[in-house]
Amino acid sequence: MENKVQFKPETLALAKEIMGRYPEGKQKSALLPLLHLAQAEFNGWLDVPVMDMVAEVIGIQAIEVYEVTSFYSMYNLKPVGNCLLEICRTSSCWLRGAEDIVSHLENKLGIKEGETTPDGMFTIKTVECLGSCGTAPMMQCGAQFHENLDTDKVDSILDKLRADGKRTNYFDAVVVKEY
Amino acid sequence: MSKKLLLKHDHEPGIQTYEVYRKHGGYASVEKALKTMTPEAVVEEVKKSGLRGRGGAGFPTGMKWSFLAKPEGVPRYLVCNADESEPGTFKDRYLMSRIPHYLIEGMITSSFALGANTSYIYVRGEYYYVIAILEKAIKEAYAAGWLGKNILGTGFDHDMYVQPGGGAYICGEETALLESLEGKRGNPRIKPPFPAVKGLWGCPTVVNNVETIAAVVPIVNDGGEAYAAIGIGKSTGTKLISASGHINKPGVYEIELGLPVEEFINSDEYCGGVWKGRKLKAVVAGGSSVPVLPADLIMKTAAGEPRLMSYESLADGGFASGTMLGSGGFIVMDETASVVKNLWTFARFYHHESCGQCSPCREGTGWMEKVLHKIVHGHGEMKDIDLLWDLQRKIEGNTICPLGDAAAWPVASAIRHFRSEFEEMINSHAVEHA
Repeated sequence: MENKVQFKPETLALAKEIMGRYPEGKQKSALLPLLHLAQAEFNGWLDVPVMDMVAEVIGIQAIEVYEVTSFYSMYNLKPVGNCLLEICRTSSCWLRGAEDIVSHLENKLGIKEGETTPDGMFTIKTVECLGSCGTAPMMQCGAQFHENLDTDKVDSILDKLRADGKRTNYFDAVVVKEY
Repeated sequence: MSKKLLLKHDHEPGIQTYEVYRKHGGYASVEKALKTMTPEAVVEEVKKSGLRGRGGAGFPTGMKWSFLAKPEGVPRYLVCNADESEPGTFKDRYLMSRIPHYLIEGMITSSFALGANTSYIYVRGEYYYVIAILEKAIKEAYAAGWLGKNILGTGFDHDMYVQPGGGAYICGEETALLESLEGKRGNPRIKPPFPAVKGLWGCPTVVNNVETIAAVVPIVNDGGEAYAAIGIGKSTGTKLISASGHINKPGVYEIELGLPVEEFINSDEYCGGVWKGRKLKAVVAGGSSVPVLPADLIMKTAAGEPRLMSYESLADGGFASGTMLGSGGFIVMDETASVVKNLWTFARFYHHESCGQCSPCREGTGWMEKVLHKIVHGHGEMKDIDLLWDLQRKIEGNTICPLGDAAAWPVASAIRHFRSEFEEMINSHAVEHA
C-alpha cells in the first residue's frame, strides 16, 4: 500500500538540512530532531505511519524508529490534546507545591493526570525535573516554561491557551524574560 | 568573596546578542588562541588552571583533554553536554539562554585546542526555546566570521550544530549521550573504550559540560595560573550554583569555590536565608544524586570545621557525614519538609529514568519507589526501612553507569541521617490504622 503520510515540502527541506549536519553515512543521527519535527506537524503525536515515513526519509528500518520513540519521554505514542500541560513533580517543584498545582488542574479541567479533556483541548501529564527548580513550581506547555506558579496564574494561563485555541508545540517562539 | 567570571555581564541589556557580547570583550579567547597559541599551549593552560568537570563528576578537564587519541586522518569531535537533567540543577539553562555566545566562544576555543573541526551541543529536548536562542547566536557567529572556513585567516575550520535530545536523564551520561546523538536509545556503553578513544561514530571525542566549556574562556584570556589562584586548594575557580527549595532567593549564583556554606545559605547576596523565617532541616548540596545532609552537618563537618562550598570540604567525612559538590544543584528543605516524601520523589525519578539495561538498576529502582510509596502512603512497616537499605546496597556499584549509584545514595543517606523520621511516619500511620 502506498505510504500517504508525508512532510510538508518546507519541513522536508528542513529535515534534509538537518541530515546534512552529520558525516556521509551517519544520517541516522537526524532521527531525534526529525521526530520532533514530525510530532509538531502531525497533531502532537507519532502514529505508526508517521514513524514509518520518518524511517523512509532517513533511510533506516522502521524498527530503529520504534525503539527510539519508545525510549524517550517527549515522543507521544498516543493522541494528546491541543495543549499538553507538563507539570514537573520532582523534588524542588514538589517542595514548593507541585501537588497543589496538579490537583487544581485536575479539578478545574475535570480530568485526571494522563487524561485529555473531552473537547481535545488539554492533556495533563506529570513529568520529571525540567531544570526550572529556581522558579518552582512550574509547568511546560509547548516551548514555554510557565514558572513560579500559583493557582491564579494557572487559571490565567488556561484562559489564554483556550482563547488562542491553537495547538502548542516545542517550536513555538518564546519570549525570553529579562532576568 | 564575590568573584565573577561567567556571569560578569549577565545583567547587561542585550547580552544575548552578538554586538553587545562582543562589546564586552566577547570572542577575545578565540582571537588569542587561534592567533597567538598552539593547540597544545591551550591544553597546557587548562591543565594549569586545575579546572574540573562542572557537570558533576569533577574530573580534571585538562587531563580528560590530554587523553584524546589523535590517529592520522580520523576526525575528532567536541560534544557539549547540555542535557542538564539532574534534579535541582538549572545553571546551564541560565547560562545558555542568557549569554549564549559565552558557550559558543568556549566551544570554538576548546575545539581549536582539541583539533576538532566539528562540534555538537546536545541540549535536552525540553529546552527547545534554548535551542532556538543558541541557533540564532551560532548564525550570528558564522556571519561575524568566528565559525566556518579559515577562521580569522588562520586556516582553522569549524562547524557547530545544536542537537536536541528526546527527554531522558540518562543521556547526561556521556556514552549514553553519544548513543543518542547517533540516533539510538540512550543506553550507556561499557567503558573502556572511553570516548577519548572511541566516541561519536567511533571517532575520538571529548564530552564536556556547558559550564566546563564556558570556563575555558577566562582560562585562555587570563591564563591558567590566574584561574587557579581563584578558589581554594584543588577546587579552583568559580562554580555556578543552582539554589532552590525553601529559601528566600532561589536562582543561579556564581560563587568562588571555598565560600562557607553558611554564608551561601544566609547571605542576602545568595540564598537570602530559609524562607518564612523557618529553620533549616536538610540540604541536598549537589543535585539529587548526592547524599542529603542534616542542618548541622551541612554547616559544619563532623570535626566541627565550617563546611565550605568546595569539592573537598563537602566530601569531608566521606558518606558517613559528608556529601558531594556534584552539579551544584543546591536544594534546601525547611523544618516542615518531609525528607522521606522528598526521597520518594527522587526514587520515582530514578525509576522513571533508569534505561533498563542493567537488572540491579532496572528492578531495584522500581522496588525502592514501591517501598517508599508504601511508607509515604501510610502502609509502611518497620522492616521496610531495612528492606530499602538492602535494596540500595544491591544496586550500588553493580551497574554499567553511575545512575545506579545516583539512585542508591539518596536512599542510603536519608536512612543514615533521618532514620527516626521513617520510623515516626510508619508509627503514626500504624496508630491511625489501629
